Amino acid sequence: MKALVKAAVVTLGGLVLRRFLLPSGRHGPWQQAPLTRREPRWHVVTVNPARDELTPDSPLPEPLAGLGDAVDVRIRRAAGDRGIELAVRLRDGAQSPVTAGARRLAGRDPNQAIRAALREAKQLLETGEVLHPDFPPTTQPTVVNKPLQMATRQGRREGRL
Amino acid sequence: MKALLWQGVNELSVGEVPDPTMRNEQDAIIRVRKTVTCGSDLHLLGGYIPFMERGDVLGHEFLGEVVEVGPQVRKHKVGDRVVVCSFVSCGRCWYCQQQQYSLCDNGNTNPAITENVWGFAPGGCYGYSHALGGFAGSHAEYIRVPYADQGAFTVPDGVSDERALFASDAAPTGWMGADLGGVKAGDVVAVWGAGGVGQMAARAAVLLGAERVIIIDRFANRLQMAEKYLGVEALNYQTQDVGSELLERSGGRGPDVCIEAVGMESHSTGPQYLYDQVKQQLRLESDRPIAAREAIYHCRKGGSVFLLGVYANLVDKFPLGAVMNKGLTLRGAQQHGHRYIPMLLERMARGELVTEHLATHTMPLDEAPQGYNMFKNKLDGCVRAVFEPA
Repeated sequence: MKALVKAAVVTLGGLVLRRFLLPSGRHGPWQQAPLTRREPRWHVVTVNPARDELTPDSPLPEPLAGLGDAVDVRIRRAAGDRGIELAVRLRDGAQSPVTAGARRLAGRDPNQAIRAALREAKQLLETGEVLHPDFPPTTQPTVVNKPLQMATRQGRREGRL
Repeated sequence: MKALLWQGVNELSVGEVPDPTMRNEQDAIIRVRKTVTCGSDLHLLGGYIPFMERGDVLGHEFLGEVVEVGPQVRKHKVGDRVVVCSFVSCGRCWYCQQQQYSLCDNGNTNPAITENVWGFAPGGCYGYSHALGGFAGSHAEYIRVPYADQGAFTVPDGVSDERALFASDAAPTGWMGADLGGVKAGDVVAVWGAGGVGQMAARAAVLLGAERVIIIDRFANRLQMAEKYLGVEALNYQTQDVGSELLERSGGRGPDVCIEAVGMESHSTGPQYLYDQVKQQLRLESDRPIAAREAIYHCRKGGSVFLLGVYANLVDKFPLGAVMNKGLTLRGAQQHGHRYIPMLLERMARGELVTEHLATHTMPLDEAPQGYNMFKNKLDGCVRAVFEPA
C-alpha cells in the first residue's frame, strides 16, 4: 500500500514537472494540447464590482502597476453585469518552449508574475487585502513532498489563469 | 501549541507546532473548544488526496472562543463563542455574492493545483490539504480564521457547544444537499450514508417538508440513531434489497430526490466493490463511486441527485446514460455553509435540529489518533469522535 502511494506521489511529481515544462494553456490533462500561438496570450480575471474604484479609465491597482511597460493591460465591463474584466499580456513574449520551461522552473517566467499580480489585484479590489497563507508552517520537508512543496511555492503564479 | 498531525498515509500523531499568527487584518485567532472528525478526513488519512505534507494539522469542523481579532474585524470581539464554517470564503467575490461560498475566488491561497486538476479552483478549507489552501486545521489548541467576519458565527446563548459544533460542517452540508437537491413538500427522499452529513441531510429533508425520507447504510447502530433522532425510515443494504425497497416505498416511481452522502470510499455488497477497490488501489481510478451510481440508478425519471460525498477526481463506470435518458438533474458541491449557518443555529436554539447524538465519543486532543482509529474502523459504534484541546 505504501509503495503504491509513493509511486503515485512520484507520478504526481512528474505531472507537476510536466506542467512546469510545457507552456501553460487552457487544456486539461486528457485533452489535446493547444495550438501554437504566435502572440502572448491574455490572462484575464473578472473583478466583482462591490467597490467602485475600477473603471476603464482608472489607474491600475498596485500589483499590476508594478509590471510597468512590460505588459499590455485591457480593462472592460464584463458580460452580464458581472463586474470588470482585467486582462494582461506580455508585450514581447516570444520564447522557445525550452527557454520558457526553464524560466518557469526557476520562477522567473514573466507570465507567473502576471498571474500573481492579477490574482492579488482582484483580491485587493474585492476584499481590501491579499490573503496570506498560514505562517509559520507546521510541516516538515521530506523527499516525497518536494514536488508538492514546489507546486505550493508557485501557488498563485501557476494554474490556468 | 499541541495539534494532531498528519505524518503519512494512515499515520497520525499529536505533537507541538508553532502557534498560529495573524496574517491579515481580517483574521481572528480562535481557541478551539471542540473539534470533530469528519468522514472526508479519512480520504486524507488514507492518502487518496495526495496533497498532504508531513506535519499538516487535520480538522475542519470546530467551535471555539475568539482570543484575538485583526483591526478590520467588525462583527467579533475577544471572548465571543463562535462556530466557524469549514470553508474559507471572502464574502465579496461574485460567487460569494451568489451564496455559492465554497466556490469563493479568493479563499484559496494556492489555486494552481485545483485549477489544473478541476479546471477552476474552489475556496479554501481548514486542514484539507495544500490543494485547498494549506490552512492549518482545527485539531489544535488554536487556529487562525481568515475573513473572520464572514466565516465565524456567534453561537446563541441557548445552544450548547455540543450542538453548535455541527453547525460548522455536517449540518450545513446536509442542509445544502436537501435544499439544492430541490426537496419540497410531499417528496420521497433517499439518502445514501447515515454518517453525520447523511443524517443532517435526512433531517433537513424532513424539515423542508418531505413526506418520506429513507436513509441507507450498513451499520445498524447508525440506522437506529437516524430512526430515533431524525424521524426517518432506515434501510440496511446488507440485509435488504435497496432497489425493491425504494420502489415499494415510493409507489413504484423511485425517490424524487436522491442525496449521496458517502463519497469516494463507498462500500457495497456486490462484485462492483471488488472491482472499484482494485482500480482505486492501482490508481486507475481515484474514487469509488458506488453510492453515486446507485443514487442515479434508483432516482425517479426527472428526479434530482445531489452529491454531498467528497470526490477527488476520476471515476469509472459512471452511468451517464441513466442521467441523460431519465432526464435527471445532477448537482454537487462542497458546503456553502455561510448561507445556512445562521438559520441552522436558530433551528438548533428552537430544538428543531439536534446533533448531540452524533458525538458518540468525546476525548482529549492527546487521544485523537485513537479517536481516528475508532472513527475510521467504526469501533464501539463510533459515528463522530470529538476532541477537546483544552
